[in-house]
Amino acid sequence: MIRIALRMLVGDRLKYIGLVAGLAFATLLITQQGSIFAGFTRRSGSWIRDTGQADLWIMDPQVEFTEDRKAMQDSALLKVRGVEGIEWAVPLYKSYVQARLQDGTRVVVRMIGLDDATLTGGPPIMEEGTLELLKQDRAILVDARDVDDGLRLRRGVGDDGPRELRVGDRVDLNEHETVVVGTFRRTREFFWDPVVYTTYSRALRMAPPERKSLGYVLARVKPGFDPYEVARRVEETTRLRADTSDDYEARSMDFILAKTGILPNFGITIALGFVIGVLISGQLLYNFILENQRAFAAMKAMGASNMLLLRMVFAQVLFAAFIGFGLGVGVTALVGQLLHDSKLAFHMAWQVPVFGGLAILVCCLIAAAISIQRVLRLEPAVVFKG
Amino acid sequence: MSASTSTRVAVSCRGVTKTFGEGENAVQALRGVDLEVLLGHMTMLVGPSGCGKTTLISVIAGILERSAGECTVLGEDTSRLPDRQRAAWRGRNVGFVFQALNLVPTLTAAENVAIPLLILGVDYKAALARAGVMLERVGLGARTRSLPAQLSGGQQQRIAIARALVHEPRLLVCDEPTSALDHETGHKVMELLREVAAGENRALIVVTHDSRIFSFADRIAHMDDGRVERIETPTRN
Ligand SMILES: Nc1ncnc2c1ncn2[C@@H]1O[C@H](COP(=O)(O)OP(=O)(O)OP(=O)(O)O)[C@@H](O)[C@H]1O
Ligand SMILES: [Mg+2]
Repeated sequence: MIRIALRMLVGDRLKYIGLVAGLAFATLLITQQGSIFAGFTRRSGSWIRDTGQADLWIMDPQVEFTEDRKAMQDSALLKVRGVEGIEWAVPLYKSYVQARLQDGTRVVVRMIGLDDATLTGGPPIMEEGTLELLKQDRAILVDARDVDDGLRLRRGVGDDGPRELRVGDRVDLNEHETVVVGTFRRTREFFWDPVVYTTYSRALRMAPPERKSLGYVLARVKPGFDPYEVARRVEETTRLRADTSDDYEARSMDFILAKTGILPNFGITIALGFVIGVLISGQLLYNFILENQRAFAAMKAMGASNMLLLRMVFAQVLFAAFIGFGLGVGVTALVGQLLHDSKLAFHMAWQVPVFGGLAILVCCLIAAAISIQRVLRLEPAVVFKG
Repeated sequence: MSASTSTRVAVSCRGVTKTFGEGENAVQALRGVDLEVLLGHMTMLVGPSGCGKTTLISVIAGILERSAGECTVLGEDTSRLPDRQRAAWRGRNVGFVFQALNLVPTLTAAENVAIPLLILGVDYKAALARAGVMLERVGLGARTRSLPAQLSGGQQQRIAIARALVHEPRLLVCDEPTSALDHETGHKVMELLREVAAGENRALIVVTHDSRIFSFADRIAHMDDGRVERIETPTRN
């Protein structure tokens, strides 16, 4: 009878397509918004993931997220190096500075200063030049494709019109002249200000004078040591915060979500998708079952138990939900492919289809529960009514 | 009547009443029906509109509970069975031909016919094969894959008959099987019922208004105002 139930469902092409399309649309709304939400949250950790050599990030306990600058005493570096289980530890500078390009374009950039000796914590992929070139006098690295269009010559110099920066261009950072020696690629972040890399000591010279200047200590944990255990030990000896990369990523994300309110924003859209799903699928399923009421009543007269009819209705609902969900997720994935590498954040984390699937399932079960009441209350005797 | 006749009794009702609703709105549809239906017979229930024919066959077929009286069908007092078992009893023993046919429009003729078997738990392939054989017997062997809408009224009625018989029930109840058909088609359907449905081990109850088909009956029970008034044995021509 399950097969008969599915044939009944699919047999009425128009209604079936309507039902599946409605469910697919609701799925699309939910998973699409879910993916964009996941994309945004994921972007909030791009820099931490790009800076992959570090196991531990040590910082002032009051630092809330990646763009938050609360510097520590320089002595922290030595203290961290002294903790058992630390293989190496290097300083990292990060701060906003004023940049002035050759054509007069002015823009705020994030300047990251890398440990002079090891250049640890650099960009993930070099496009032109090498990281080593940073050791040259006044050298900086700029974003090759400048993912956010921030660091371009808006007017251009000489005969060339507006263009991106390239090797050899001069850039003034806080009124200190620097030269582009290489370009890199990075993952798009939640924040959009351009990024330049230089050495730690050069960054300090260019930054406004501060009593404390050490932004982060990046550290690697010796093989065989538990990063969480070492982090706890670092916190004990230094009274600073030591996060694993994952923890720091999660903490940055939580802070950004809380401060920007994007969670409730997406939450509302996703909830709307859910409501639309319930309404559309509920309405269509209810109609479908209403229309088949006589058939169900006849089956009841012919000996079908309520249990059997329940199984049939559930089979119909689950089948429609499955197909609708499949189509919806498929379209979402397709949209994701098309948006790949665009400014729109899109990341279909595994949680998105799982949550979307559950949501659609709940939609359909609510709709089914309402419609099934009618089937269960059917008097088989109505079959003799004209 | 002899002892051998008593074993041939399919339905035996004594003083059956049925009241719909309560208080001022109560409708007494059956007011004490006495009726015996024999195996191997086609019994017709006739009478004016509203006299309780449909109500009576609903009670007999076990899809409606009587208010009072005794009624034994195929040796079972179905009112004593719990819902689930009564449904199972219907599934095994009763075939239905509804006035409104109640074919499922999105299923093929064969699938419609197979439904009683599928309800009994026969697997899909086997049920469809048996449905095909049954359709052949009602002269629709070539239309097993047609949808009801692609068939004429008479052909749809045959599908309904095939569906009612496919599981070999011992009791067949038909409510106005010919009322939606023209005279000639109605006649053919009744002939089919006599040929295919009638048998030593099966009782047929046919509710009808249509005096032109009375001649097909073995017995005619005349109803009026919730009672069986008289039983007539028509002369065959
Ligand atoms: N479910 C119901 N609720 C209330 N009253 C009902 C119900 N079913 C039937 N009745 C009433 O019971 C009486 C007998 O109805 P029934 O349908 O058995 O008549 P019938 O002989 O089949 O009539 P017809 O020839 O018009 O089909 C009628 O007065 C009808 O209005
Ligand atoms: Mg009637």
